[in-house]
Amino acid sequence: MSATRAATPPTTRASHAGSRPWQGRRGSTLLRHLAVALAAALLLVALSYGLEPFRNFQLATVAAYLCATAGLTVLTGLNGQLSLGHGALMATGAYTVALCQNAFADRGVTGGWTLPVSLSAAVLTTIGVGAVVGVAAARLRGPYLAGVTLAVAVVVPALAVTFDDVFNGEQGLSVPVEPPPAALGPYFPYERWQLWVTGSATLLALLLLGNLVRSRFGRTFRAVRDDEVAARLAGIHVARTQVLAFVVSAATAGLGGALLAVLAQSVSPGAFSLTLSLFLLMAVVIGGLGSLAGAAWGAVLLVALPDLTHTLTDLLTLSPAVAQRMEGNLPLAIFGSTLVVVMIAAPGGVQGLLSRLGRALLARSPARRS
Amino acid sequence: MDRFVFLTLDGLSRGAVYAAFALALVLIWRAARIVNFAQGAMAVATAYFAYSVAAATGSYWLGFLAALVAGLLLGAVVDLAVMRFVDHSSPLNPVIVALGLVLLIQAVLGMVYGNEFLPAEAPLSRAALTVGGLAVLSPYDLFAFAAVGVVVVALAWTFTRTPVGLRMRAAAFAPEVSRLLGVNVSGMLTLGWALASGVGALAGMLVIPTELGLHPHAMDLVFVAAFTGAVVGGLDSPPGAVVGGLLVGLLLSYVSGYAGSDLTALAVLLLLLAVLLVRPAGLFAPAVARRV
Repeated sequence: MSATRAATPPTTRASHAGSRPWQGRRGSTLLRHLAVALAAALLLVALSYGLEPFRNFQLATVAAYLCATAGLTVLTGLNGQLSLGHGALMATGAYTVALCQNAFADRGVTGGWTLPVSLSAAVLTTIGVGAVVGVAAARLRGPYLAGVTLAVAVVVPALAVTFDDVFNGEQGLSVPVEPPPAALGPYFPYERWQLWVTGSATLLALLLLGNLVRSRFGRTFRAVRDDEVAARLAGIHVARTQVLAFVVSAATAGLGGALLAVLAQSVSPGAFSLTLSLFLLMAVVIGGLGSLAGAAWGAVLLVALPDLTHTLTDLLTLSPAVAQRMEGNLPLAIFGSTLVVVMIAAPGGVQGLLSRLGRALLARSPARRS
Repeated sequence: MDRFVFLTLDGLSRGAVYAAFALALVLIWRAARIVNFAQGAMAVATAYFAYSVAAATGSYWLGFLAALVAGLLLGAVVDLAVMRFVDHSSPLNPVIVALGLVLLIQAVLGMVYGNEFLPAEAPLSRAALTVGGLAVLSPYDLFAFAAVGVVVVALAWTFTRTPVGLRMRAAAFAPEVSRLLGVNVSGMLTLGWALASGVGALAGMLVIPTELGLHPHAMDLVFVAAFTGAVVGGLDSPPGAVVGGLLVGLLLSYVSGYAGSDLTALAVLLLLLAVLLVRPAGLFAPAVARRV
């Protein structure tokens, strides 16, 4: 790395520093991200008091999805590896947290520390699974990688049925979660506590991811995505970088799945079908591949769109049978067609459109003045 | 020994369907360099169409014919209306668009027909005939073999012996040169999509009565098995796809017969991983360096 940097002429370095703000402001990245995370945390706490319990729960679900979509956007958008298996990785995290919480409950172990321990165990297990899949993935390209991860997404939920003495088949497991700590008072709404737990875990994950993508590792991710040969010539170990990206992405997906399991207080294979994996991909593509803000847009969409279509089908007076068919499938149809349209018409997604809009406004305002 | 013979024949009849489906994937891959991840959903859509036609006319065979025609049309429509407009600079883009189509098609099917399993009856008996005390194939298995065999021979003949086949191969092999020589390259591409989708529809019609029934997700696992078959044969080789599909069918039959039907999905995943890690270009491909 240092050799290539030294070889770059000073003029281009200066122009790069101008066009890419994070290179010019090196050293302040961590502080900047900490400040953003702190602001987001304060906003979350304020929202948790301002919103009704159901909206708190929905926001907590957005946070859990955001973990998974942020990891996927780093893998697919920044490292160029397409994974259709993130639903299966989420299932790994969810089942681990269920088994851990059940083990704690069976032994009568209680305390505020059990949930963080279970979540960490979920992340560690998913890292292990992600490392295995990632080593295979690093040797595969394009449609081959998509095919293998698709097979993972189809097969892993079926394993819960195959080994039903551990995973309890189609019924799944319940996840015992402790009530909010007594120090918060007896009337503290449970949904607000759920939002605090998932929100803080997600913010921590996003803070780490945000720093990672702005670091040397993030740059190697992008270098490998853009041109493997050039990256190799620059001294980057391509396979190792790809495995690292997959492991990081798997860890966040596992955390996201574990948080979803904690929110729902149960896990079952039906919740982690191939459709979930496709949903995650859709969310990051529509939000804008490769940007964490885009992942947030996608996660909001995942929760908001089914809610909106539900309201819509309620407005149209339909017979119960038709309404039932519509309710499950209309969001899918909208997701699918949006995915196709976004890929063809606006490959940057929502975040791409927003930043293009912002740039256009910036470019226009000085022009008006002159 | 009897059991082994039965499982082998059963595996071959299952494999014939996978072979047809893998062939459909290979046809599109050769023509457009796209792995059509929407193939399974498209095949299910044509099977639902056949179900409606059969219910309206009372004839299974009219429904069967309708499915094949619908398959050809659907393939052409998908190419003309969607795939033509996708930016092919990154191999991710067509895959993502195909997955969007999967969501869309499955959702529309769910809205029209509901998400329950509909009964799909086989037109011929599925009880195995016995020859010399050995349970061998059922009439339906023989029909599936014959149908896949006719299609494979017809495709091979079309591609190697007819002017249209020659033009299709030329358009896929060297689009620019073929265009200069007067070949309608985009038309050949659409024809390739139509043929592949028609073959996929045939495979769907053949496989669905042997599974749980009609369901928007009925082909998910079949798609994975057929993709594995296509990869085993090397995505570029039609004969490889047929052999690969048969091999996958045999493997699944042995695994479900000797180890339990729960493990078939896992066996497919392991085979796919093993082939891709050991011979990524398939069992029948010569070793070549990856293009950069």
